[in-house]
Amino acid sequence: MEWPGCTVYHTSNLDTLGVASREEGWWDMATKAKAVDARATYQQLVDKHRPARPLLMNTVRAFLVGGCICLIGQFVQMFFIKVAGFSPKDAGNPTVAVMIFASVLFTALGVYDKFAQWAGAGSAVPVTGFANTMASAALEHRTEGWVSGIGGNMFKLAGPVIVYGVVSAFFVSLVRYLVIHL
Amino acid sequence: MPKLGKQTWVFPSMPRIMAAGTVAGPTEAAGPLGNRFDAQCTDSPRQTSWETMEQDMFRQAVQITLRKAVLQAGDLDLAIGGDLNAQLSSFYFAHRDVAVPAFGLFSACATFTQAMALAGLAVDSGVAKHVLVGTSSHNSTAERQFRYPTEYGAQRPLTAQRTVTGAGAAVLSLERGTVALTHATVGMIEDYGIKNPWEMGAAMAPAAEATILAHLQDTGRTFGDYDCVATGDLGRVGNAILTDLFARRGLVVNTDLTDCGMLIYRPDQPEVFSGGSGAACSTLVTLGHFVKKLEQGEWRRILVAATGALLSAVTAQQSETIPAICHAIVLERKDG
Repeated sequence: MEWPGCTVYHTSNLDTLGVASREEGWWDMATKAKAVDARATYQQLVDKHRPARPLLMNTVRAFLVGGCICLIGQFVQMFFIKVAGFSPKDAGNPTVAVMIFASVLFTALGVYDKFAQWAGAGSAVPVTGFANTMASAALEHRTEGWVSGIGGNMFKLAGPVIVYGVVSAFFVSLVRYLVIHL
Repeated sequence: MPKLGKQTWVFPSMPRIMAAGTVAGPTEAAGPLGNRFDAQCTDSPRQTSWETMEQDMFRQAVQITLRKAVLQAGDLDLAIGGDLNAQLSSFYFAHRDVAVPAFGLFSACATFTQAMALAGLAVDSGVAKHVLVGTSSHNSTAERQFRYPTEYGAQRPLTAQRTVTGAGAAVLSLERGTVALTHATVGMIEDYGIKNPWEMGAAMAPAAEATILAHLQDTGRTFGDYDCVATGDLGRVGNAILTDLFARRGLVVNTDLTDCGMLIYRPDQPEVFSGGSGAACSTLVTLGHFVKKLEQGEWRRILVAATGALLSAVTAQQSETIPAICHAIVLERKDG
């Protein structure tokens, strides 16, 4: 008696119990193979009934909303340059702080997720989208405490961005180094 | 003969629904069945977490049920039920303060009909006089466990479903009541390879089809023998798939083939997408709406086929396909 990927000892015991072959057991490869066809047919049926995603509408909305958020950011930056007397270079940091604060505020007020459902990818633009991932995770896990709850989960959604951002930055720098020095 | 065919149980004593209690969340109360529920729950008395809120809704539903049945917690011989939380924390934690023998079950959103079947068995066999059946679910506890933080801005597709916030309970006994539990059909796992957790309706429709067909075959009945055949929470998308599956078999569905997930929300309510889901969905619609229609004599006999998608947060992350199950129960009006 054989199981795929599993060595069965004391086969004689199982044989006397009447477990003669794998076809009679839970691991029925014949049935599994048959199911492939049924699954493909079913997938076609599901595709037929899936409501079409409004791709064009989503794209236009994402473009406009993402652009509007950036435009607001631009206004904030202009404010810091013209009114508060920052140099264009120094105005970046307070601008990002204002955008993060606004995103966190709207997340806490329970508005950001509803806005994102409507706006789609437009709401995922780096600064506000990133702030939302951290604020929403912090809110969600506050019942589990300051350390393992908020501390442990705040980067749950934002973490991959940082991990792969750092990894890709490393490889890009490596390529740059090799190109310049070799 | 207590069993028909391979999967259908018959309850010769016809246990009655003595009383039922339903507690709905705000979105559910604002839906088309809002006035059918006994209570609307907006805040937890303890206000500590979504999880305690769900437990409190369950307690409240039980409290209402017991008051209607004129029973004390001590009169219950058995409590059967469950929820969607890991380790069934709502169901078990809600029983911490009462001395009631309890069985927790998990069939995801099919837990209600599974619990009804086992409660029917317990009453029928005489091991219990009064059996409490109850389930609960909460939109935010489910979102947290299976999806994203509630305030995270992610766009959900139109096939998505909204987990129902609410809790429902009922007491089954032979003492009184006009609505009887006559049959239960125990479902088998069906997995047609759907992986997308946003397509629960598609994942569960084959299970609903299999159990309903098995039920009709075992009992020798047709769709026409029922005033309504309601699936648990396939939503609008899953309901369309199920209708198509029956049509492809050349079956005439000459009854109202509806779905609890479709009935609980209006399509134009915000962020309900394809409809409702969750362990409380079929419970609220069955106990709050269907049972009342049977009691008022508008319907005589219905089939409730609650469906459950048996994925976990881990299997979904690992891109496993979603196995589904469906258990069906027959509720029938009995005069006298």
